Amino acid sequence: MAEERHIFSVLVENRFGVLARVVGLFSGRGFNIDSLNVAETDQPDVSHMTIVTHGDAQIIEQIYKHLNKLIDVIKVSNLTTENHVERELVLIKVYAEPHRRGEILQIVEIFRARTVDVSPTALTIEVTGDEGKLKAAIDMLRPYGIRELVRTGKIAIMRGVTK
Amino acid sequence: MEISGAKILIESLKREGVEYIFGVNGGAAMPIFDALYNHPYVKLIPMRHEQGAAHAADGYARATGKVGVTLATSGPGATNLVTGIATAHMDSIPMVAITGQVYTHLMGNDAFQECDVIGVTRPICKHSFLIKSSEEVADVVAEAFHIAATGRPGPVVIDFAKDAQLSESLFRYPETVNIRGYKPKVDGHPRQIAKAVELIHNAERPMLYAGGGVVLSDASDELRELAIKTEIPITVTLMGLGAFPETHPLAMEMPGMHGSCCANYAFTDSDLVIAVGARFDDRVTGNLDKFAPKAKKIHIDIDASCIGKNVPIDVPIVGDAKRILAEINKLVHRVDIEPWMRQIDEWKEKYPFEYHQNGDNIMPQYVIEQIYDLYSDAIVVGDVGQHQMWAAQYFKFTEPRQWLNSGGLGTMGFSLPAAIGAQLGCPDKTVVNINGDGSYCMTIQELIPAVTMKLPIKIFIINNMYLGMVRQWQELFHQKRYSGVDYHDNPDFALLAQAFGATGLRVERIEDVRPALEKAKNINDGPVVIDFIVDEEENVFPMVPAGAGLGDVIRGLA
Repeated sequence: MAEERHIFSVLVENRFGVLARVVGLFSGRGFNIDSLNVAETDQPDVSHMTIVTHGDAQIIEQIYKHLNKLIDVIKVSNLTTENHVERELVLIKVYAEPHRRGEILQIVEIFRARTVDVSPTALTIEVTGDEGKLKAAIDMLRPYGIRELVRTGKIAIMRGVTK
Repeated sequence: MEISGAKILIESLKREGVEYIFGVNGGAAMPIFDALYNHPYVKLIPMRHEQGAAHAADGYARATGKVGVTLATSGPGATNLVTGIATAHMDSIPMVAITGQVYTHLMGNDAFQECDVIGVTRPICKHSFLIKSSEEVADVVAEAFHIAATGRPGPVVIDFAKDAQLSESLFRYPETVNIRGYKPKVDGHPRQIAKAVELIHNAERPMLYAGGGVVLSDASDELRELAIKTEIPITVTLMGLGAFPETHPLAMEMPGMHGSCCANYAFTDSDLVIAVGARFDDRVTGNLDKFAPKAKKIHIDIDASCIGKNVPIDVPIVGDAKRILAEINKLVHRVDIEPWMRQIDEWKEKYPFEYHQNGDNIMPQYVIEQIYDLYSDAIVVGDVGQHQMWAAQYFKFTEPRQWLNSGGLGTMGFSLPAAIGAQLGCPDKTVVNINGDGSYCMTIQELIPAVTMKLPIKIFIINNMYLGMVRQWQELFHQKRYSGVDYHDNPDFALLAQAFGATGLRVERIEDVRPALEKAKNINDGPVVIDFIVDEEENVFPMVPAGAGLGDVIRGLA
């Protein structure tokens, strides 16, 4: 069966140990997590996880069912099969000697990115977008020399309001 | 009035109807044991090892259907429980395991007898709680029992910090439990049920395949009604034995690696498999590519993640087996499957479980036959190994909860402590423990509380001086290189039993088997141990070798 990438949106109880239970579900079965993002929602006792994973249809079904089985999991949605918006933020520290700074800032402009820190030899750039945009921005900046790169992992939300 | 967290725990257990706690005392659990001291309702059963305590609670749960409770201290006490918790988890047994934990200010500091119990038990329990304040105790106990007993049952761990055991709070037990992330689905979808009924009515070679879930959901009556009403033949797994009487003409007996040829051939030829509370375990299916290749599959299970895990399913029905079977029973009628039944009967007649007498040796199967003849109504607690398979094959179980064994994890040492739990839970029943010489030694210390409580458990050791099942595999697949399985240094189990204060008998001749079993029947002031010295190298057949399909079952060695 063909492997596919899937994005799970998971609402969980905001209490200690929940992340370990979710992660343990993957590691115990040899399933891989591509990225994972966890933070509180607007309800302080509920957290939201965006989990990006991959596998064939049977593995994805098992992940969905096992997430649902966890007592601390309130709701699971597989966003891949729904109309959704996804975003990721990346911070890129790129080497920028004074004579190259201008070129780099042009790239920042094109990607509607932001410069969040500057030092005599480097710029730190914040890019937000979907996977394709982030990849394009990183590819453009790579020739200048990337010193460090940190990504948030994907977050995603369903479009519109489900009745 | 404010009372200690430990006292709140015991009062909460009382609210849950707990009669017995199987435990071993230790530093971080002392306030709980203190609260149990001379308690009028919740009785402490002191065991000799935490693994024994967990299996005893498990055996109590299997025999009664109620939640078993086990209690241990922190660190090594808790880690000793692990095998027992994992055993209960694999067989979906409702259990609450309580462990003492070091003071909250010491947690994470490598304190004396500290262990991250929540971390260690995470993959082997249904859920777990850490109590850090006495105010949480009542709610946690109520949730723990709710989770352990509902949906697909399982063990729940409560790790209880010592300062929370000691500090005082008001006791107020919650009336109801509402966990927003846990709402087990019990009713089957009517459309799925209708689809299943249609498949049943149109099948030419249908078969029922029932597992331990039928016992857990107390659905044995509904299962019998379905089989008898439709006249569809049925195989019941090791975990479900007794859910359908094996003496009934529709019974094909156990399937799988050491199951009946009839059940295995039936899977291979069937055009419709109706699975109820069974999980298509590898010991049942053999090679998945060759498993029931011609059959459509209906799968009734309360755990959605069990459905389609190993075998693609045509009609999944998620919910409680008892309710779903009751709905199906309203809609089904007898199916006309005359040729199929003729085939089933032919297989049954041609390939029954059989063995050959070897000289003057006591054959292990003969011992089981005699046990069945004399103790057919008993609760039988089996351990793990060859004797377990022979017991499953030659003892004809007729009632649910009559056969208790560690099917999923295959835990050697399970049976003696589990028999203690079963005997306490069912004081009016005879409890027979069929054990192996290897497995008996793994929890032999639990003979001590059995003697102390004068429990009339019949412990029958099928002693072949080997770790027999492994020896069998070595004989068949490792050129008889008997590595690490020679148990000829076993002690004299009869004398050893006497040293424990139990009755101990040793049987070495065929003609002494039955008289000894009869004698044991009349010893009711404590446990009796009979050491049956049996044929050393007898093998369990039929056998589906690992990797083979069920149709390739080996019926025996030429």
